[in-house]
Amino acid sequence: MLNGSKCLSAVGLTKIFGIGSQRCVAVDHVDFDLSMGEVVSIVGESGSGKTTFSKILLGLINPTEGEIYYQGKLRDISTQKKKKEYWKNIQAIFQDPYCSYNIFNKIDTVLLDCIKMRGGNGLSKEKKRDLMAEACSFVNLKYDELTNKYPFELSGGQMQRLMIARIFLLKPKILLADEPTSMIDACSRATILDMLMQLRDEVGMTVIFITHDIGLAYYVSDTVYIMEKGKFVESGSADAVILSPTQAYTRRLISDVPKIHEAWDLSTV
Amino acid sequence: MNKVILEVRDLTTKYITRFREDVYAVDHVSLKVEEGKSLGIAGESGCGKSTLALSLMGYYFAPLHYMSGEIIIDGRNISTMDPDAIRKSVLGSEIAYIPQCAMNALNPTQKVISFIEDVFQAHNPYKSKKEIFEFAKGAFETLGLPEEVLYRYPVELSGGMKQRTVIAVSVLLFPKVLIADEPSSALDVTSQKMVIKMLKNLLEQGFIKSLIFITHELPLLYNVTDDIMVMYAGQIVEKGTAREAVFDPLHPYAKGLMGSIIVPESGLRDVKLTAIPGVPPNLKDPPHGCRFAERCKYALPECRVNSMPLREIEGGRAYRCVFSEQELREAYRKEDQLKEAYQNA
Repeated sequence: MLNGSKCLSAVGLTKIFGIGSQRCVAVDHVDFDLSMGEVVSIVGESGSGKTTFSKILLGLINPTEGEIYYQGKLRDISTQKKKKEYWKNIQAIFQDPYCSYNIFNKIDTVLLDCIKMRGGNGLSKEKKRDLMAEACSFVNLKYDELTNKYPFELSGGQMQRLMIARIFLLKPKILLADEPTSMIDACSRATILDMLMQLRDEVGMTVIFITHDIGLAYYVSDTVYIMEKGKFVESGSADAVILSPTQAYTRRLISDVPKIHEAWDLSTV
Repeated sequence: MNKVILEVRDLTTKYITRFREDVYAVDHVSLKVEEGKSLGIAGESGCGKSTLALSLMGYYFAPLHYMSGEIIIDGRNISTMDPDAIRKSVLGSEIAYIPQCAMNALNPTQKVISFIEDVFQAHNPYKSKKEIFEFAKGAFETLGLPEEVLYRYPVELSGGMKQRTVIAVSVLLFPKVLIADEPSSALDVTSQKMVIKMLKNLLEQGFIKSLIFITHELPLLYNVTDDIMVMYAGQIVEKGTAREAVFDPLHPYAKGLMGSIIVPESGLRDVKLTAIPGVPPNLKDPPHGCRFAERCKYALPECRVNSMPLREIEGGRAYRCVFSEQELREAYRKEDQLKEAYQNA
């Protein structure tokens, strides 16, 4: 596929939770275009609708209004079969690695499922093993030590890396990373980000990065969308949005993050 | 020189696991905090930051055990005191602790004001409810929290508000030392800023005399505290002012940590973040030599054999490495040059 062609777009996407006085517009008429091969960040504070938006893109919840186009065609996930087909192309890493695994499945099973999903069910045992070992070594985990372990025996950082190993096996076209580093300490964060970027280069993925940390968004992404109360208030290239923001909301988000070369103004809250 | 509020000398504490193995999570740690100053403790997960915080309170419960060392708060040694006495006369009134999930400390079936009454009655049973209410109201006002929080149940408050409420409650008895263990890591950036502002205000308004702030977020630490201490595998590896620790780190581990800083400033995209390879050692069986040797790119063969003492240098700084200051700075300078050349190529 050509770089730069549109692979996912949303038109007038709206999600309303509740009715009457309980009505809450989580995502409000959002238009969104994702080109092949780019890294896009969606930044906003808690409750701005980032996660709802990402769940709609994943097809986990249905939008109240609006359409999603996948590779130029209207997305059709009306049946379970079509949904599974769609999920071969779009995958996600969630915030909390501890809740992302089925606790009854061993790590072997987790990785084997990914191979199955890619249609590798007929491969020989050795071939499957090699694939799994390759995926583990990509994220600096040792496959031999993991085979008989359960996910909860790993540390948070290791779990998140295993999540990336899954993505490595699945090779989806689009990866949606919902705050993948917020539960991880600052030191492993660099490792995880580097791995994600390396994976993008290797597999040629398009990445949607969802975060509340604007510094992180600036580091990883080409394009940044700023979300406030369900709407995109500002978007553009990372340098333009973060170094010369036009909206007050963006300026506030930037001022809320501690910096080291500039003074941090605490009087604004 | 200001009065020293908290002094810790060679504190060692250990966990005893259910297989009777000893895990030395805090290994000969010494520190000093002066009046009106704040100390930051940085390090990876599992390096002993939180255990150090728990150990500083002098209140030990299994599996954490006290081994040796002294904790002196304002001239009083609390390390050898009886646990009951510590609970009565030290916790809350001399030293207060805010854990990471402090918001869960609030009782969901009680209003905030009843919670405060409980806190006061545990320390001073003779105070009337009216007095307590008046006092709490005044204190909340000074700290910038609305009075109505007092009549609310915890479920009615947002995460950031709960965290600030717990911080306010923890300083009502005017403790001399406040230990904040990752108070903002569960919050988004805006609530985090409010919590940080509140902590800084506490120090300025005299609610507390000194602050110990624990986090892995270095930019945050740099903005909050006067001094920074970096811990690795239960030991202190670097000590210095915030500026020195961030811009001129000496220990290779501290240098690695500083390479992982992400801030929204111009120039960030040109720098490649450096991650430290490998994992911290298992403290059940720590290596004989330098604990960082396995992951250190400058390590010499003897690093793996001889353990290193903490080297004190001029200006109150200290670090734990065989190399001299000049050698380390030279090595870092060369590395930076290489990196630059690589990026330009």
